[in-house]
Amino acid sequence: MSEPILSIKDLQVNYGAIEALRGVSLEVPEKQVVALIGANGAGKTTTLRAVSRMLRPVAGSVRFQGEEITRLAPHEIVARGLAHAPEGRGIFLNLTVQENLELGAFLRKDAAGIAEDMEKFYGLFPILKERRHQVSGTLSGGEQQMLAVARALMSRPRLLLLDEPSLGLAPQVVERIFQVLRDISAQGVALLLVEQNAHKALQIAHRGYVLETGEVVMQGTGKELLASPEVRKAYLGE
Amino acid sequence: MTEFLQHLVNGLSVGTIYALIALGYTMVYGVLKLINFAHGDVYMVGAFSGLYLARGLGVDQSPSLFKALLVFFGSIVVCAALGVIIERFAYRPLRHQPRLTALITAIGVSFLLEYGFQLPPVTQGSVPFPPGPTPRFFPEPFPRVDYAPFGVHVSNYDMVSLAVAVGLMFLLQFIVYRTKFGTAMRAVSFDSSVAGLMGINVNRVISWTFALGSGLAAAAALLVAGSRPTINPLMGLMPGIKAFVAAVFGGIGNVPGAMVGGLVLGLAEEYVAGYALSSYRDGIAFAMLILVLLLRPAGLFGRVRAEKV
Repeated sequence: MSEPILSIKDLQVNYGAIEALRGVSLEVPEKQVVALIGANGAGKTTTLRAVSRMLRPVAGSVRFQGEEITRLAPHEIVARGLAHAPEGRGIFLNLTVQENLELGAFLRKDAAGIAEDMEKFYGLFPILKERRHQVSGTLSGGEQQMLAVARALMSRPRLLLLDEPSLGLAPQVVERIFQVLRDISAQGVALLLVEQNAHKALQIAHRGYVLETGEVVMQGTGKELLASPEVRKAYLGE
Repeated sequence: MTEFLQHLVNGLSVGTIYALIALGYTMVYGVLKLINFAHGDVYMVGAFSGLYLARGLGVDQSPSLFKALLVFFGSIVVCAALGVIIERFAYRPLRHQPRLTALITAIGVSFLLEYGFQLPPVTQGSVPFPPGPTPRFFPEPFPRVDYAPFGVHVSNYDMVSLAVAVGLMFLLQFIVYRTKFGTAMRAVSFDSSVAGLMGINVNRVISWTFALGSGLAAAAALLVAGSRPTINPLMGLMPGIKAFVAAVFGGIGNVPGAMVGGLVLGLAEEYVAGYALSSYRDGIAFAMLILVLLLRPAGLFGRVRAEKV
């Protein structure tokens, strides 16, 4: 088996005296979808943040495409092809839709390719095209989520970290977003997906990890986890 | 009518200066949420670097337009570098400390510049360095010509100052709203950690923001030196505080707000002092500050944003 695109080993993060991650290890294989599920406060968002260096881990290592990235600055990590659509979408509400997309491509120099990608996402989400000159603070939650996904993809990443893309959205919108995630994955972008909606996430995931109080307590293929009685009881509400 | 127009001209020329200084406050606040209380002193350093450059180039013996431009842009570069250095060594190490720590440090930097410039001279020359507390006179780079259309007194210095100040404001507006750097700056100001996820080097954006703001302060100092040529190490105190008021009035963090705030303050001072209370000129800024904080704390263009926890 080839080397995974992302491999996290014994990652530890503290918030002051609180241990948020107590040695999390996980891998995302090339071009696959990995779901990270667990209750609120289990450390899912913290894991993503430690990978993209929004916060500093106290110990452990993060390797991306074989390179140690644990000590890099966030902008250096993006430059290597790892995008992160953060919790709460992280849209710059003071900027227009188009400016947000342009920032997604901040490090790219190929103006033609950027314009092409932008048209592609406008084609995928026509509502964003309609509103491209509007300040994004006027978008609905679903539109902001579409923008967050499109913006993260504007950097042409090889791995995308996605934090709760379905949070607070209407079922049809969730359906739409997950359809897009399937397409992205089919195009060869690896995904590390954090979700409360464990059912949806495990359906599209090749592999899944279950986090509990800062530790991985279970892992397996998407199907295995969906079938597991513990997961069904704790996270699928059965 | 003549009197009204005269106040208008004076108000605009002092207002554009406040506006240029206020832009530095507001941009730095935008990206760092820090009131850079040393900003008025950067303005003072701008005036002195202009003086050193002018003396070095011999502007008083043989003035020329070329030398004037050299002095102008040279001081802007010196102050831009000073702003970057102040941020790098005084504020950046405190980035993750409580905001009050950085604020108090800003006051410390302000004192360092104000009193550092009053220390006994280390180097000799026509103007020693540090210059000491004695006021110095700024040489005139070109002959002063006074005009009096409709009885309103305007010098060529006033006209140049007004034109350059307005030009710089348009330039800044362009940079902030029409360039990639400006978009990055607005992104950092909204959420710096998400800006990092876009591939923006947040520290570099902050450095350039200090460079821009400090450069504008230097420009303001030189434009003032044309019409009020006495300079001293404490000269930045009052304009600094007033420009701060202008920035708060316009809505701190808001670029057009700082420009409007500067103009409103300049005009208000001129008209109130001219028609009614000439001895209260310096008090007007403070009255304005109190009124804004009471009636509209977010400022004219500011929007109240709930503090995120």
